[in-house]
Amino acid sequence: MSATNAGTAGFDAAAAARAWRPPPLIESPLLRYAVYLGALLYVVLGVVTVEVNWTRAAEGMGRAAGFLSGFFPPDFVSKGDDIFEGLMESLTMTVVSTALGIALSIPVALGASRNLAPLPIYLFCRAIIAVSRTFQEIIIAIVFVAMVGFGPLAGMLTLTFATVGFMAKLLAEDIEDIEAAQAEAVRATGAGWFSWIAWSVLPQVKPRLIGLSAYRLDINFRESAVLGLVGAGGIGDTLNTAFDRYEFDTAAAVLLIIIAIVLVCEYTSGWIRRKVQ
Amino acid sequence: MPENATPLLDIAGLTKRYPTGDLALTDVSLRVPPGQVMALIGPSGAGKSTLIRCVNRLVEPSSGTVVLAGEALTTLSRGALRRARRRMGMIFQEYALVERLTVMENVLSGRLGYTGFWASWFRRFPRRDVEEAFRLLDRVGLAHMADKRADALSGGQRQRVGIVRALMQDPALLLVDEPTASLDPKTSRQIMRLIVELCEERGLAAIINIHDVALAQEFARRIVGLRAGRIVFDGGPDTLDAAALTSIYGEEDWSRTIRRLETEENVAETVA
Amino acid sequence: MPILERAGGTPEWKRRTTAQDLMVWTGWLAGVALAVACFQFISDRTIWAFVWDAPQQGADLVSRMFPPRWSYADQLWKPLWDTINIATLGTLIAILFGVPLAFLAAHNTTPSVLFVRPVVLFIIVASRSINALIWALILVIILGPGVLAGILAIALRSIGFIAKLLYEAIEEIDPSQVEALRASGASNPQVLAWGMVPQVMPAFAGISVFRWDINIREATVLGLVGAGGIGMQLEASINTLAWPQVTMIFILILGMVAVSEWLSARVRHAII
Ligand SMILES: Nc1ncnc2c1ncn2[C@@H]1O[C@H](COP(=O)(O)OP(=O)(O)OP(=O)(O)O)[C@@H](O)[C@H]1O
Ligand SMILES: [Mg+2]
Repeated sequence: MSATNAGTAGFDAAAAARAWRPPPLIESPLLRYAVYLGALLYVVLGVVTVEVNWTRAAEGMGRAAGFLSGFFPPDFVSKGDDIFEGLMESLTMTVVSTALGIALSIPVALGASRNLAPLPIYLFCRAIIAVSRTFQEIIIAIVFVAMVGFGPLAGMLTLTFATVGFMAKLLAEDIEDIEAAQAEAVRATGAGWFSWIAWSVLPQVKPRLIGLSAYRLDINFRESAVLGLVGAGGIGDTLNTAFDRYEFDTAAAVLLIIIAIVLVCEYTSGWIRRKVQ
Repeated sequence: MPENATPLLDIAGLTKRYPTGDLALTDVSLRVPPGQVMALIGPSGAGKSTLIRCVNRLVEPSSGTVVLAGEALTTLSRGALRRARRRMGMIFQEYALVERLTVMENVLSGRLGYTGFWASWFRRFPRRDVEEAFRLLDRVGLAHMADKRADALSGGQRQRVGIVRALMQDPALLLVDEPTASLDPKTSRQIMRLIVELCEERGLAAIINIHDVALAQEFARRIVGLRAGRIVFDGGPDTLDAAALTSIYGEEDWSRTIRRLETEENVAETVA
Repeated sequence: MPILERAGGTPEWKRRTTAQDLMVWTGWLAGVALAVACFQFISDRTIWAFVWDAPQQGADLVSRMFPPRWSYADQLWKPLWDTINIATLGTLIAILFGVPLAFLAAHNTTPSVLFVRPVVLFIIVASRSINALIWALILVIILGPGVLAGILAIALRSIGFIAKLLYEAIEEIDPSQVEALRASGASNPQVLAWGMVPQVMPAFAGISVFRWDINIREATVLGLVGAGGIGMQLEASINTLAWPQVTMIFILILGMVAVSEWLSARVRHAII
């Protein structure tokens, strides 16, 4: 059919227009109504079954203004030593756990790649990843505190474990995606397993590895700020104590410091990621 | 070239300096009578895109006036500009279809300027708009594609959808920016022929930016040459000779342009 | 930092490759030194006698955790349902507020780069920097313990997350599709609804599902500070050293997270 013919003979635009319907979001009508109905049902059920003590909430809203005014002005000074100590714990925890976590995540990622590892190793590494990703850092921290006692070491171990799960999963996906062809080419030259990893696999995942590491540094700092709630050290400890003692001005100071450091982390990691790409 | 009719489009003293300091257009004056299909040629960076974008003010002119059918576009308020834009259909090199919408939705998006927000949000367009859309899609041979997503079409098909979208606006003027630069030679000719035929059928004027001198000569009734932001040639396709090409493209490019012109014509003949 | 000083004092910066080599090695060395110094700091605050005990403690813990107390599950269904509600309703509220914030923050849609954008960016950063658990801590003080504090904590944390990822997606859309609609005379809301929304839809769906997936996990611990969900039972069981119950809770969490991961993978797949 030429593009410049003057239309199909007998084409009925009016009929076509009458039959035309705007395209729906979900193709199959059955599925569409099932999804709509299910969503509606869920929201209703969810909202109805949420038990809210509205009188307590209303009371609290009344007091909220007074409570929030307790945050101002933020007090950096009177608990300055505690804040500094907590901050140092958080920062050191972040640095060590990120470094250690990345180092450990590389072997785990290699083990968790189906195209590289034998089945038992694959399953073992996948199990590590699954456990690390399923349980929130706080829960892991509770276990580590029970094992090694209160303090930043428990926090450090928690974040290391979480970093391994996070990095290894994403890296393993990358490694599995690597085109078999290119990997084959290097293997065909008769290189050993280790040099194959070093020359073929690692160079391909390196930019992403660096990007993810920067991103994870950012996450680890943020997480380090709450681990103190269960006794795993860091600035969260300071924050929790401040809340317990109703020293809201100190709490406000801590929150501002966290926001500031996250901002710095974010800009830095964004900068690093741009550099790498 | 003398023009007897009152012009549809009257550009006078148009100058554009980008914030970066680039002087893209210098004192350009151009009159386009109703129904005239005009090709705008010139080397890359001459200011062709800038010129047609200054007409519908996607780019704000630095100075000068643009008058469309007696209405001065350069001084319009935002609301009035929106209404005026409905009379100018634009066709793009990379088609600029909304990729994730269907062909029909893309075509109907040409009617947005005539439709209220909520009606358009729920895709409630007047029946005659949808009818017109089908008629035009059929005219370009795509009626059976109406419910396909735009990103599932070939380049030539996309450009035809782009043309239909522009025509849906019920324009008096088409602004066409390199409609064939992403297409193969045969599809390019088909698209150019389609545009020219549709303009004739509907009495539309068109400004067509194009790099392909052979196509310009074949399909346009008037050729305007732009060089470094100034008009250096204005005449019929047959008056575009070697000297004129030199004045547009410069001495060095001239020999290559001639060769290219000849080979393209050979290709065109064998293809057609 | 003696290493950095030595590197800074080295005069051999002339030969490019050597200099770059040196910089890379210095970087590695500095990194390792920093990590070691940080570890030293942590080590000073650790009672190592406890740590050497850890394997034994761990073995002890495991022996006390098994077998799980299966019958305890009966009391956990309602908290589990609460946990899902906290995550889901919290995510919905976050979407409700996060989407408008994203459009206010994106360079190409913000009404004012100078005034609106910085304010919105600050809101986004504040929301993102503060962990849901800390939000919960504050909200429990204001609203009292319960699910409501949990939902709002999740929402407050997720608003920034959704808004940030979404505004980045908005800034990456193809401007030519938007420009085409603007050129046809569409109003600003129409340009948004027809040109931008379809383009960011896949990103939006992916982000929402991704955040919901994370929120399911976060919601499991909010109970530790009294903000409802299965974490309340976890807290109570740990305080009474009822380790078989803790195991049961862990098993349920594992199951729930597995289901949520499967579900979100399905949804992501369906959308893209
Ligand atoms: N957005 C912009 N900002 C700054 N300068 C611009 C911008 N767009 C175009 N220019 C400059 O204006 C001049 C004319 O550009 P224009 O795009 O109009 O040329 P053109 O004739 O359409 O070229 P081409 O054939 O390559 O499309 C060029 O020097 C270009 O660098
Ligand atoms: Mg151009």
